[in-house]
Amino acid sequence: MAVAMRAELYTPDSDLLDPNLYNAFLTNHGTIMIFFWVVPAAIGGFGNYLIPLMIGARDMAFPKLNAIAFWLVPPAGALLLGSFFFGGAQSGWTSYPPLSLITANTAQSMWILSIILVGTSSILGSVNFIITLFKMRVPSMRWDQMPLFCWAILATSILALFSTPVLAAGLTLLLFDINFGTSFFRPDAGGNVVVYQHLFWFYSHPAVYLMILPIFGIMSEVIPVHARKPIFGYKAIAYSSLAICIVGLFVWVHHMFTSGTPPWMRMFFTISTLIVAVPTGVKIFSWVATLWQGKIRYTSAMLFAIGLLGMFVLGGLSGVTLGTAPFDIHVHDTYYIVAHFHYVLFGGSVFGLYSGMYHWFPKITGRMYNETWGRVHFVLTFIGANLTFLPMHELGLQGMPRRVAMYDPQFTAINQLCTFGAILLGFSVVPFMINLIWSWMYGPKVGDNPWDALSLEWTTSSPPEIENWEVLPVLTHGPYAYGMNGRNGKGLNPSAPTSGEPVVEAK
Amino acid sequence: MQGSTIDEYQVSSTPEPSAEVTVAAHEEHPDYRVLGLIVFLASESLMFGGMFASYLIYRGVSATWPPEGTEVELLLPTINTIILVSSSFVIHKGDVAIKKNNLSGMRLWYIITAVMGVIFLGGQVYEYLTLGYGLTTNVFSNCFYLMTGFHGLHVTIGVLLILGVLWRSRRPGHYGETKHVGIEMAEIYWHFVDIIWIILFTLLYILTLF
Repeated sequence: MAVAMRAELYTPDSDLLDPNLYNAFLTNHGTIMIFFWVVPAAIGGFGNYLIPLMIGARDMAFPKLNAIAFWLVPPAGALLLGSFFFGGAQSGWTSYPPLSLITANTAQSMWILSIILVGTSSILGSVNFIITLFKMRVPSMRWDQMPLFCWAILATSILALFSTPVLAAGLTLLLFDINFGTSFFRPDAGGNVVVYQHLFWFYSHPAVYLMILPIFGIMSEVIPVHARKPIFGYKAIAYSSLAICIVGLFVWVHHMFTSGTPPWMRMFFTISTLIVAVPTGVKIFSWVATLWQGKIRYTSAMLFAIGLLGMFVLGGLSGVTLGTAPFDIHVHDTYYIVAHFHYVLFGGSVFGLYSGMYHWFPKITGRMYNETWGRVHFVLTFIGANLTFLPMHELGLQGMPRRVAMYDPQFTAINQLCTFGAILLGFSVVPFMINLIWSWMYGPKVGDNPWDALSLEWTTSSPPEIENWEVLPVLTHGPYAYGMNGRNGKGLNPSAPTSGEPVVEAK
Repeated sequence: MQGSTIDEYQVSSTPEPSAEVTVAAHEEHPDYRVLGLIVFLASESLMFGGMFASYLIYRGVSATWPPEGTEVELLLPTINTIILVSSSFVIHKGDVAIKKNNLSGMRLWYIITAVMGVIFLGGQVYEYLTLGYGLTTNVFSNCFYLMTGFHGLHVTIGVLLILGVLWRSRRPGHYGETKHVGIEMAEIYWHFVDIIWIILFTLLYILTLF
């Protein structure tokens, strides 16, 4: 879908896709990627799989609730795809009224219902995570011995818990406006469209942290394991997750600087937005400090993690510029925004997901993936992503608006560059899929702990058995005590292989 | 997971076993459902919070609130409020009863609560029918019907929960002095519905007087 859109943008006129279809594509590209890929994969997938393993629980606190949360997603997806038969929702993933009130009503309603279902699923999941993390750690694990991924999921859950229902409220009002003749967001009948924007961004700004916080957690796991060093600043990283979670609830108006917000509000939200950069910077520097003088293994997981560092810093910097009201007003709704959020969402979230998939692949399947093809995948993705998204900054600064199928001919050259990048990116998925499927079936078998990692999930068998452990493990060291014993600083296991290569058993 | 084949007590071979003897195998981890419900309700209250906030914004930007022709009546809702608020005390009597192992007492108090809930809903429907305006009249009536309707939905769910508790209490031994999580959860939910109503009543009725 994304590639089709870029192909359309290869030329200034709309000659490949019908503009309406283009609108539907861009809406659903955003929606699917956010609500059906990054959020479920990062929180639902990695979260539910790893949290019990990392804290030494046999299962989540509410397994049945979890099943409900999971099975809410397929019908939601079906609703979303079904909406294409009714023209597809066309008002962007933000669905601002009045546009969402006048285009493709049936499809828009299906879109709303679909999002409400996914939202319910994520609320139920969050309840589960919070109770599990608070109550079901193995008794020997103190809070400050919990892997950082768990801290990240805790922060994520709190965020989802408090922001998602507000989105549900906003969407319900929108649904009533479309179908039952109310006028919450119809200015001609006394309604107010800005109210929707507030409700929407109260959720959707935290949603971007929902998408990145678990990824930060994955980063904090992958980097120390593959750099063979204790994580730098454990507490700083843990608390900065919570700080992002709390400050993240108070920044939403920076999406609305051009919606007639009064100056004091702009000032307040500019400042709060810039404050978010502080805990994020704490994390970035901690990871860099962890890498510093580490014994780095350039596995695919690590390559993606390092790629993420680079990409995310760039996305974060453009985020800081955008958080400043005067600059934001200049580039509002241009490709600069598109460039920014693709750097953080693709360069951040998607890179992190790839990294996590490579890192935990041996645990999930009990087999090792093919390292060479993993690296090919990384190189293709990295070049493709930068080729696609870097030129978009320039497009935005020159004033090309986002979300339109046709554009001024002066932007042609840069757009063609982006399209080449997108095609490369499309191809980059091929080695990834083939590698994972092939390795799952035929890859060499690995032991329980191919990376010599220390967190609890590596103490059980690969793949983990039902109920995770036959005998619950006992913590004798922290999750990141590489090269030292948590207690007295002696070498943990002198006979452990130090070659830096993953341990692969013969077939 | 009930019915699992894993032994209940398994002490791992550890260098320092003392702390780990109490490791709980799955089937005996304590019941966290009450805690889960409370966390869920915290989230749920934010959904109402979103609606309250929107309502206050609409109220803030309009000159006359509520707009002419959509005044609310006060007598019936006030009676309704008293019924709903006092039902919270009634349901608590039921909870106290079961903790003293008094099953029939619990049933009696819960039946009274359910009846009070149904009276509240009836009053609500009667109010809808007699008001001179409908859902689509203006923004105030939009808010009024949506918020009270959404709350009414929660009352209905609460009544169903109570009926579910009553249905299950037929089986002897299903609830008892130490086994009353379901009863407690229904009670907490009912209190939640009650608190939301108090806020709603303040916003939609009392604040319109000023």
